Amino acid sequence: MDVGTILQFTLDVLNLGSLYALMALGLVVIYGILKLVNFAYGELVMVAGYTLYLLNGSPLPWLIMALVAVCMAVIGGITTDLVAFRPVRANSLTAMLITSFAFSTLLQNAALLFISPRARNVPLPEIFTQSVTMLGVIIPVRNLITIASAFILLGAFTLVMKRTVLGMALRAAASNFTMARMVGIPANFIITVAFAISGLFAGVVAMLWLGRIGAVVPGIGLEPLLVAFIACVIGGMRSLVGAVVGGYLLALIDVSFNYALPPDLLSFRDAFTFTMVIVILLLRPSGLIKGPDTGKRT
Amino acid sequence: MLVVENLVVRYGPVAAVKGIDLAVGENEMVSLLGANGAGKSTTLLAIAGAIRPHSGRILFDGADITGMKAEKAVAAGIAMVPETRDVFADLTVRENLLLGGFIHRRRRAACEQEMESLMTMFPVLRERMHQPGGTLSGGEQQQLVIARAMMARPRLLLLDEPSLGLAPLIVNHIFELIERLRRTGIAILLVEQNATKALQAADRAYVMSLGTIAMSGTGAEVAGSSDLESIYLGRSG
Ligand SMILES: Nc1ncnc2c1ncn2[C@@H]1O[C@H](COP(=O)(O)OP(=O)(O)O)[C@@H](O)[C@H]1O
Ligand SMILES: [Mg+2]
Repeated sequence: MDVGTILQFTLDVLNLGSLYALMALGLVVIYGILKLVNFAYGELVMVAGYTLYLLNGSPLPWLIMALVAVCMAVIGGITTDLVAFRPVRANSLTAMLITSFAFSTLLQNAALLFISPRARNVPLPEIFTQSVTMLGVIIPVRNLITIASAFILLGAFTLVMKRTVLGMALRAAASNFTMARMVGIPANFIITVAFAISGLFAGVVAMLWLGRIGAVVPGIGLEPLLVAFIACVIGGMRSLVGAVVGGYLLALIDVSFNYALPPDLLSFRDAFTFTMVIVILLLRPSGLIKGPDTGKRT
Repeated sequence: MLVVENLVVRYGPVAAVKGIDLAVGENEMVSLLGANGAGKSTTLLAIAGAIRPHSGRILFDGADITGMKAEKAVAAGIAMVPETRDVFADLTVRENLLLGGFIHRRRRAACEQEMESLMTMFPVLRERMHQPGGTLSGGEQQQLVIARAMMARPRLLLLDEPSLGLAPLIVNHIFELIERLRRTGIAILLVEQNATKALQAADRAYVMSLGTIAMSGTGAEVAGSSDLESIYLGRSG
């Protein structure tokens, strides 16, 4: 294998892994605290996507449009909490699971009804279609943007979680929610913050994801949700680090099969990937990285 | 300062606390004793707002705080050290302490100062400052959760079996610390199974049995009572 191929492979893994890691973090930040998979998570990606679509043709610079779209995903996340979760939180976990399904379906149907079942192109800046050549390898600039955005966001998120009292409170709530309340951390507030962060990740993922696929459809959230879920399961549902590790690992598996499988097997790539996931889970049933061991909720 | 009236707490159909009355005065140290399963922890959790009582009233400084959320109870001045200790295992000692002062977080300097003075009282914590809480020994964890509760600068401290599972020498140390905390002017409601030590330290004591108060009085009265043993063994007092 020559240097060029190695560079290409590495960048492909980092690019895809960055997206996967962000998707997974957005899911696990809520799971950690509520012990609940938010099935409406993918729809936050959709909300950001359609916001960008609706802003098409506005005189705003793209970066501002993207910022507005990300903000809408954050607002969407907070709304999910206030509308779908808070009212039923005192009830069973099952009730929350069902409302999260319902909310997801509701948002998708709203998009189908009010916009269109067909794909809609979103505005993208020119830079997303440009590429640079390095060591004889053509590298799309959007891949570099994806990797850089993810690193910056992961770095900032780590700082917030480690250095601020709010970050500590989020970690404490994820490890023992009842005790967190008994030191004075308000439950409603901390959960809403978690949903806002989840929305932030979904929004950024949406921008980067749309940079690859160029158009938004009502079902756009399914793949990010699925990917995030698998990455979290591999990495360990209870650990933020696990989500990131799981994201990059899943990308490594995906990209490796892309490179290694003969063309006529390539369409079965997902089957191979899932087989790998099952093998990992057989070896490490609770994921690669163990999180805090208590699982207490509200 | 704290008045509990006819408190009933249920877990599903089963009542764990069946209508108890108790009170803790300003700067008073009160022990709540009783055999395993008597309902002591449940009582404390209800006062701290972690469990919703079924009926009865809890008054703090005359205000009705029955069924108040746990986070509100802390702000009202009640801090809890649960029996399960519950250090935030993957947070460092320092982070655990900072979170203890969560309700005062906007006054960061005051929090740092409070932490500093607690360090003097709990020197082991200073040595372990940047270690994850979960790596501490049992006795150190107990000191950490007590110090963490004190970071909220409570007026009433609820302590649930601080001696549980600790070696006798460490138990003595913990009781000395509790004595010193008390001299800072706060009120303490101390739950213990270890009756001898708790009665020595307490101004007054209540003894619970099967969800009711079976006996109460000053520390010496309860210690001298001939019924104490039989109550512990679960016979009616
Ligand atoms: N979470 C719970 N669910 C159901 N029953 C419980 C729970 N916690 C305690 N109990 C029951 O309530 C009673 C009192 O328990 P507890 O308050 O822990 O007693 P103590 O602290 O005096 O040992 C016991 O019979 C116990 O089995
Ligand atoms: Mg107990």
